[in-house]
Amino acid sequence: MYELLKHYNYWLYALLLALGLYGMMSKRNLMKKLIAMSIFQWAIIYYFISIGAKRGGNIPIFPEHGIENLTIRAQNYVNPLPHVLMLTAIVVAVATTGIALALLIKIWQNWNTLEEDEILEKMRNE
Amino acid sequence: MNEQLPALVVIIPLLFSFLIYVMGFIERRMPYFLLLLSSALSTLFSWKLLIKVIKEGPLSYHIGGWEPPWGIEYRVDHLNGIVAFVVSLVAFLVILSFKERIEREVEPPRWSQLCALFSLQLCGLLGMTYTGDVFNLYVLLEIASFSAYSMVAIGKRGAEFSAFRYLIFGTIGACCYLLGVGHLYILTGSLNMADIVTLLKNLPDSSALRVGLCLLVIGIGIKMAFFPLHIWLPDAYSHAPSTVSAFLAPLSTKVAGYVLLRILFGIFNPSFPSEKVLLEALGWMSLAGAFFFSFMAIIQRELRRAFCYLLLSEISLLGMGVASGTLEGLRGAILHLINDIFMIGCLFTSLCAFIHQFEKEDLRYLEGLGILSPWVSLGFLMGGLSVIGIPPLCGFFSKWYLILGTIEGEKWHLLIGILVSSLINAILIFKVVEKIYLKHPHSVSLKNLPFAFLVSLLIFSVSLLVLGALASTIVKKVIDPWILTLGGF
Repeated sequence: MYELLKHYNYWLYALLLALGLYGMMSKRNLMKKLIAMSIFQWAIIYYFISIGAKRGGNIPIFPEHGIENLTIRAQNYVNPLPHVLMLTAIVVAVATTGIALALLIKIWQNWNTLEEDEILEKMRNE
Repeated sequence: MNEQLPALVVIIPLLFSFLIYVMGFIERRMPYFLLLLSSALSTLFSWKLLIKVIKEGPLSYHIGGWEPPWGIEYRVDHLNGIVAFVVSLVAFLVILSFKERIEREVEPPRWSQLCALFSLQLCGLLGMTYTGDVFNLYVLLEIASFSAYSMVAIGKRGAEFSAFRYLIFGTIGACCYLLGVGHLYILTGSLNMADIVTLLKNLPDSSALRVGLCLLVIGIGIKMAFFPLHIWLPDAYSHAPSTVSAFLAPLSTKVAGYVLLRILFGIFNPSFPSEKVLLEALGWMSLAGAFFFSFMAIIQRELRRAFCYLLLSEISLLGMGVASGTLEGLRGAILHLINDIFMIGCLFTSLCAFIHQFEKEDLRYLEGLGILSPWVSLGFLMGGLSVIGIPPLCGFFSKWYLILGTIEGEKWHLLIGILVSSLINAILIFKVVEKIYLKHPHSVSLKNLPFAFLVSLLIFSVSLLVLGALASTIVKKVIDPWILTLGGF
């Protein structure tokens, strides 16, 4: 049981991931789909951030002076690489949301609704 | 200059996309010519690079001077050398053809935006082929996808809805890929492909590794529109402006196909116990896909939708070559990837020219096209015959290798799949050819075919013959040296 609960953060992310996927597949409102998509993306970003974290880890910055006397142990510092990667992934996520919102505005202008069923109905009638 | 080639091929379209957008404010016709220039420069440099790789072997470029396992590496070998060259060449040919089409289809303020997006798309696709870093690949994949979503949304009424669906699916794909990269990173601690290969050798098979591989394949599978993951493609490509579908259809799914090859054979290899199962599953999925798409292609009434399904069934053939897991099958898959970029490029450029002349997409208007517009008919004829694999054209040779591969691997269901789907595709193509050459033309108003379309279609038609003649050379000089560097064969 302890083994399962030890990594409770990953369970939470898996739950978020499933929630996002469920929302994208089952919700008929496009705005809700977009929200679910953001949850999905953020679950992965949290997951990457957890990879780098360590219990009691310090920020990975060396002091400017006195490096000679310092013994550096990797386990004392968090791994910065996944965090740096996630900076890029956050930019990507923001850009995706931006494009999606722009598309939603255009959909609203053209069809006057954001419900998927109604749009499909209107498309069929044209 | 010569050492900087790998970066230049990718950076030029990126820088030009900004330049194109800014220049659009000054002179409206300028963006198109800048776009043409950027694709021509990329073609030239990627050709130089390909020649260099064939002569001297794979080369590695360190971005910003950082050493490979830490910094980003662009690694150009035989496979991505030729894929990048073919991608930029076909991009150039498509761009060459469609100046008049853009000007008629899209309103003037959008010209510069559309041209900038084309350039950005090219940058993403070329970057995906050259990069040797799995995370860099994710970023470039997203650059290519973003420009694709926006370009699709420029199309006719309803395009923005298809673009939104495309965006949702594309994001699921990219996120799955990213999650797979995360698994690989936890297991190996590296993002560099070459480094991962050496680290994976000492790693025991674990469920995390299997899940990581599956996530990578699912992510890329969505981007390349593999059988159950294809739902976004027909809508997005048939609502997009015709120029955009002519540009995206041959290139974006094929580059994703290249990434799949790189993951399955470059990073992992068929000797992994989990990959054997995965290849088996891929085989059955592409078999189902080949039947389903070929059938869907015949029953479409709109020409563009029919070609979209044709494109999907070609991708399923690529999947079958990969799934056979044999030397010949892999040869066939790579050759098919290269040929398919040209074949689909030829078909969609003809389609673009057809739409330009008739402003209609219904199959009925093809009747009598052979008399009304002989050059466009030639494009349809050559592209179509090549897709079904008539001997002197290039499609025959890749299908030949694919069939040899399935026989060598004793995958009889795949052999039947390739043959039957080719037969069903032949029905569609012969239906088109019959309408073009044997029916009397409708009395419709017909617009002139711009000279650029004629040049581009002629080059496409000739290149299908040339590629057929060069098939064995390509296999010997380019494909075999790459396969030799892989483990497991």
